[in-house]
Amino acid sequence: MSSPRAATTLVVCFVALALLTLLSLALGAQALSPAQLVHALAHPFDGDQADRIVIGLRLPRTAVALVAGASLGLAGAVMQGVTRNPLADPGLLGVNAGASLAVVTAIGVFGVGSASGYVWFAFGGAAVAAAVVYAIGVLGQGGATPVKLALAGAALTATLTSIVTLVLLSHQDVFQQFRFWQVGSVAGRSLHDVGVVAPFAAAGALLAIIGGRMLDVLALGDDAARGLGLNIPLARAICAVAVVLLAGAATSIAGPVVFVGLVAAHAARPVAGHDHRWLIGLSGVIGAGLLVASDLIGRFIAPPGELEAGVVIAIVGAPVMIALIRRRGAVMSA
Amino acid sequence: MSAQSGVTDAWAAPARTVHTALAVGRRRRLVTVAALAGVVALIAVLSLTLGTIPVSPARLPAVLAGHGDPLENLAVLTLRLPRWTTGALVGIALGLAGALFQTTLRNPLASPDILGVSGGASLAAVTAMLVFHASGAGVPLAALIGGAVVAAVIGLLSWREGFAGQRFVLIGIAVAFLASGGLSYLITRADVRAAQQALAWTVGSVSDPSWGETGLLAIALVVLVPVALWLSVPLRVLALGSDAAHGLGAHPLGTTVLATAVGVALAAVATAVAGPVAFVAFVSAPIARRLVGAGGLQPVASALTGAALVTAADFVAARLGDFQAPVGLVTGVVGAPYLLWLLTRKDGAIA
Repeated sequence: MSSPRAATTLVVCFVALALLTLLSLALGAQALSPAQLVHALAHPFDGDQADRIVIGLRLPRTAVALVAGASLGLAGAVMQGVTRNPLADPGLLGVNAGASLAVVTAIGVFGVGSASGYVWFAFGGAAVAAAVVYAIGVLGQGGATPVKLALAGAALTATLTSIVTLVLLSHQDVFQQFRFWQVGSVAGRSLHDVGVVAPFAAAGALLAIIGGRMLDVLALGDDAARGLGLNIPLARAICAVAVVLLAGAATSIAGPVVFVGLVAAHAARPVAGHDHRWLIGLSGVIGAGLLVASDLIGRFIAPPGELEAGVVIAIVGAPVMIALIRRRGAVMSA
Repeated sequence: MSAQSGVTDAWAAPARTVHTALAVGRRRRLVTVAALAGVVALIAVLSLTLGTIPVSPARLPAVLAGHGDPLENLAVLTLRLPRWTTGALVGIALGLAGALFQTTLRNPLASPDILGVSGGASLAAVTAMLVFHASGAGVPLAALIGGAVVAAVIGLLSWREGFAGQRFVLIGIAVAFLASGGLSYLITRADVRAAQQALAWTVGSVSDPSWGETGLLAIALVVLVPVALWLSVPLRVLALGSDAAHGLGAHPLGTTVLATAVGVALAAVATAVAGPVAFVAFVSAPIARRLVGAGGLQPVASALTGAALVTAADFVAARLGDFQAPVGLVTGVVGAPYLLWLLTRKDGAIA
């Protein structure tokens, strides 16, 4: 029984996440004392400088990191469960590539020029791409099997990425803007943007928790799951919609941040075991913590400038993941 | 109705049916390989004859033998032949590399572009271009070293009381993300023009080959392809599971390590010459398996699929108009929909 251990870990992760959130509000180019932070949060509209830093700059980026990180962590765990592939990443359904193509279109055709302006484009692109991948998976033999979803996702990603690159290579002005979106960052967004995508992320989280129970049954194999009375196409569809909502929300506010979903799910797996609801919940909290921490580290790692959270997560996340994989020894659980 | 389902059903059926089914499977494989070779040859004729200086296909043998007029020699021997040859060799190397990775590591997502090998090569090449302002032979050299070093690092990190394919794949993905993070960093910090050039390299191109690099690739293939062909038998035994393979006298560990090493070498050399041509390594083996209608390594069909994919994509890329599209763009746009279409069909082996 892993549940008591998983519950303890979940509490520890929540405490760590709360601490990281406070640090993210307090630290930066100008560090604030706890008193200043409390004052700024209690009286947000006093108009002194600490208030402007906390409310105007650090609160939005922390909120973006929390929502995007949690969404990616949840989506990663669901994605790995539904494809039964430990390599699956929320980006695999074509979500990142669809969002990228939509953002390139937004910049190149509609002349949109700010991260806030990309939100709806990115979300729409992500949703359409994921729907296409899922439809292709359903069409062929045996319905949306894990392998077909994975192959279709990677194939559509390749097509869309090629089109994006074609535009970027032939239009320098589009490339100039796009490269800063593509790197994945939580800075420069407003609380309003977070408010726009938060409902989608919340709906996705709810579906992910519902889908978690079905994933436990699905993990026994299609035949056993069918024998136990599970409606397999419905279960896969619920999980796919959850991934689209979550990954779409994350990508639309933070750009195509890679790796959070993958590494969060792998970090959660040894504790949660085969219970998908614990796995998904833990993965969400860990994902949020990872992205907040990455943003925080990025503020200090390359003075006088900042390093984008998307770069930090790759540089810091990869060694963490390698250590996790090595520690687990020779026996691997998918 | 397909040969594949015939084979699967036949395992439980009488020996005569097994024999017939195997014969049908073998015939389908031979027909597929012959058809793929025909496609590669057809693309070769088209690539060598069509263009701003058209050469009649009937004149092609004479021109290739060195009896063409100066204009024909320029068009075919100087401009088109090096490009087609490089494309075909890169395709063979990547197709075979992907097939080896996917069969050995038993994961349809395991290919050099998704594990860190191509990423390491790209990071090294882009670092050479943007940080050290290298050009000419420096860039492919950096890519080759980068790919090899990264593969060695993945191998060392995943070695723990033996070699587990699953661990190799996961660590490879972690390293790939590390490389892509480094790449994003370099590309956002550099001057926009230089960054765009670096981006073009990371797509993969065979439009400006040098005989030196292509020759090295050819030598590498002469060494590595026979090993890959030989490996298809032990890999088929390995697919029965580790215990059964031991019982049949195979060496699972040695086979796995050798197959992975050959795959890495093929991918690294091809990437050094052409850049990480997108998608060829990932897609060739699944396409080949669906065409042959059977699982396993299918080295010849995968290599020919790779060659057909790269040369066809480069044929299109070279004739798109003013904008010289790198071949890697076209492989993604052309190859991926084909795989998607295969996935939606009712028959064919899955993965």
